[in-house]
Parts: sequence; C-alpha cells; structure tokens
Amino acid sequence: MAEPTLPILEIRDVGKTFAVQGQTVTALKGANLTVARGAFVCLLGASGCGKSTLLRIAAGFEAPSSGQALMWGQPIAGPDPSRGMVFQDYGLFPWLSVRDNIGFGPKSRGRPAAEIRDTVARYIDLVGLGAFADAHPHQLSGGMKQRVAIARVLANEAEVVLMDEPFGALDAMTRERLQDELLELWSRTGLTVLFVTHAIEEAIFLADRVVVMSPSPGRIDAVHDIALPRRRDVSSPAFNDIRRMLSAQLHSHHGRVAA
Amino acid sequence: MSAAPAAVAASVPAAPPRPRFAWPWGRLRETALALAIPAGLAVVWHLLTTGRPYSLIPPPAEVWTALVDLAVGGINDDAFSATLLTHLGASLSRVYGGFGLAVLFALPLGLLIGRVPLMRQLLDPTFQILRPVPVTAWLPLAMILFGLGPRSAYFLVFLGAFYPILVNTIFGVRSVEPRLFEAASMLGCRGSAQFARVVLPAALPSIFTGLRLGLGFAWVVIVVGEMTGVQTGLGAIIMEARQLSRTEIVICGMIVIGVAGFLSDRIVMGIGRRLLAWSPSHG
Repeated sequence: MAEPTLPILEIRDVGKTFAVQGQTVTALKGANLTVARGAFVCLLGASGCGKSTLLRIAAGFEAPSSGQALMWGQPIAGPDPSRGMVFQDYGLFPWLSVRDNIGFGPKSRGRPAAEIRDTVARYIDLVGLGAFADAHPHQLSGGMKQRVAIARVLANEAEVVLMDEPFGALDAMTRERLQDELLELWSRTGLTVLFVTHAIEEAIFLADRVVVMSPSPGRIDAVHDIALPRRRDVSSPAFNDIRRMLSAQLHSHHGRVAA
Repeated sequence: MSAAPAAVAASVPAAPPRPRFAWPWGRLRETALALAIPAGLAVVWHLLTTGRPYSLIPPPAEVWTALVDLAVGGINDDAFSATLLTHLGASLSRVYGGFGLAVLFALPLGLLIGRVPLMRQLLDPTFQILRPVPVTAWLPLAMILFGLGPRSAYFLVFLGAFYPILVNTIFGVRSVEPRLFEAASMLGCRGSAQFARVVLPAALPSIFTGLRLGLGFAWVVIVVGEMTGVQTGLGAIIMEARQLSRTEIVICGMIVIGVAGFLSDRIVMGIGRRLLAWSPSHG
C-alpha cells in the first residue's frame, strides 16, 4: 500500500481577479495543480493565460481571490526564502557585487559571517562565476546575471525555485547553455522547479510535466507527462511528436478565442 | 662582407628606448580651457577699471591687494586685516553645521515620505507649500524665533539645504524598481528592514545629487544667513564692507565664497564617486 506523500506545492481551485480601470479581469480560474518534491514542472501558454499569476501566487506575492495555495500542506501567506524566485529582468541589487548579491539572503536572515562566506563561495563555484565574484551587475552579461539570480536563490536554501520566463531576455545560444546548466543543477540538488514559459520547445526540453494553460479566462487545460530520457534531442521524432501535440493544443485555443 | 654587419647588428641586443618626456598636454589643456574665460574676464575687468579714479568697481590690482591684506595683514591695518581665516572658519562652521542639520532631518523624512503613503499624505502638502518661500523672507521670523546671532544663521542655512535634499531623496526612493522590493522579500528581507538594506542604497545616487545641491544652496544662502547680526563670517564682512563702501572687500568675500564652495563640491563629488562606483551614471 503506497503511502500518500505530501506534495511540496498544491494549488487547490485557485482563482484570481484583478480590477483594471473599473473592470474586473479574471486572470486565473479554477486552477488545480499538485507538484511533487523534486519535480520539474513547466507552465506553458501564450500571454494572458495566467501562468505568471499562478507562479506569483505560488511565490506568495499575490493572494488568491478564491481557493488555496499550499506548501507542504500549509497555506502560503507571503514571500519566503523557501520559495525562491528568478525573474526575467534579473532583479539583482545593482549596488552589491556578485558575492554580496548571493550572500544577501543569508545575511538578511542573520547567518554567521563565516557560514555566509562558505555558502557564497560554494554557489559562486556552482554557477561558474568565480572570476566575477567582485564584479557588479552592470558589468555582467544577461546570462551571467541570471546565473547570479539562480545562485542567490539556491544559497538561501530555497526548496522550490520559481522561474518566470528567466531566459526570455537572452540570446538563443546563451539560453540553450543556461537550460543545460539549469538541468544539471536540478539533477544535482534535488530541487523542485516551477518554470513559466511560452516556448514549447523549452518546456519539452526541460520539464517532467508540462501544464498547458490558455487565456480568457486564464485556466489550466491539460497536464502532460514527458517521459523522454534526458538529455533530450530536440530533433528526434519523439520530441517532435510531443511538440506537434502541444502546438496543436495551444493553437486550438487561439482559434477558439478568434472565432 | 655585407652579411657580417647584419649578423653583428642582429647579435647586439637593442638598447632600451630612452624614456621620452611627454608634456602632460591632456591635463594642461583641461586647466587652460577652464581658466580661459576667467582670465578673459579679468583682462576686460582690468581694462575697464584701471586708471579711472572714480570707478565704482575697484580694479583687479586693488582687489588683489585687499585679498592679501585680508589673508595675512600688513598692508592696511584696519579691522579687516588678517581676519580671513576667522571669517572663513565661521562661515564654514555655519555652512556645514546647517547642512548637517538639514541632512539629519531631510534624509529620514524623505525616506518615510517616499515609501509610506500615509506619511506622504500627511507631510508632503505642508512641505510643498512652504517650499517656494525664499530664505530671505524667513529672515525676520528667524531672528524673532532664534534671536540675533549664530543660531538664526544656522536655521537659515538649514532651510536652504533642506529642500533639495528632501525632494531628491523622495524622488530617489520612489524611483526604486519595485522588482528589487520583491526580490528582497523573497530572500527574507521584509518590512522595515528594507529601509536600510534596499531603499537607502538604491536611492543613494539621487540622494547624493540632493546632497550636492543642498550643500551648494547652503553656500548661496550663507550671505543672507549671516545678516542676522553675527560679527564673523564671509557674509557678515560682505555686508559690513558694503556699508563702508569697501567694494574691494565685497569682491574678496565673493571670491572666497566661490572658491570655498567649489572645493566643497569637489570633495562631495569625490566621496560620491567612491560610494557610487556601481552606478553607471555616477561612478
């Protein structure tokens, strides 16, 4: 008899409405999702499908208008180090060096200086930025900044890493390299990742499960398990079958909206 | 035989090149350009005023003599001789004292008003109404409130420096990217801890602009500030010299204020460059 394990994240019938210029906008409606520990889950959809809203509710930046968001069975009340977030626009502190950016979380939480030093050194190495430890964000490329953003979330003992189209602002080659590095980090650390993207290929390449979402109102349409072994070959027939299937799903929403 | 000299030349190591003396043209040029207009003005001034006995504006030579006398004495032997250091010191203490007071009040107020909507609604309208009132208009009230003497002077300098610091601090705080607050919350820095760790450093470039402007205003206002019946100070001697028709002393006072203000500003800019090395627009 299998013991039910508590999911690390649970979204129960979550809805979110915003008031925009006097009108109510339903960003999210009736979303249900459970994320098991150690999973890599992608939220995939076009603009306006509520994927970023769902991510921000999971992070604790927004409270659901209806339903519940839970981590380890406890309601999510606000942002917390255990749910680290990586933003598309990096969000690094420009006045701090790479070293101090990564150490910001542990320092805010009052960790002893020696421990902070060790932690920072470990994660700088992990993301390969040892030579830039004392550089400031304005001296770094987009890819390097995103590595710092990932490192500072990990250095702060995040259990879940929430990523909001983190590679969207990067060029294709840097994006591919960071995807590989992210998968490497994920497999080594046993983290749980919730990753938002509008790129089908990225979702299939990275995720164990792809959650397909559609807009007006924002909702979850389907959840697909991707069983391909990693490292996935984007030109393989199996990959492309899945790509075709997901593409058809996403475009059928377009047709429905346009009709 | 022609091969031998070539072989010899190749085997003898070349002598190290003699270090060539290079004129520091870059720095000289910069200084020359900066001095061009003042020098030109000095020449025009000299031509227009030298040799005319009834000129209201004293010629440069007279001003120079007065300046030397003011600094070290020994030329005239009047109440102004060798008093420069005293007056400069008095004015410096008032400028920096008033400025320091302004920073003490304007900085925290600016952080609060910028960040807490309730504080902005409470305090901002009052400050904005008082802002257009010139420091000169505050002079009578200041003398009633603080009496004759240095305290009124400090207050007026404080007023002059207060608003640039306040306004620029508020602006700096409100310009902080909201994303940085989200990142800080997510990393475990929440609520009032964000003031010291996020708001202040993020707003520092604008705050620094406010400090520079505030210090500049403090110097501009020192003359009015010292019309409150103080005996020492650059503004005080300017006013006194004016009443005695010693225009050359007035001009000396102006020159010293200009130079002192300029050096103050350079010092603040130097500090700013050091602290703000991370900011592309400042460092």
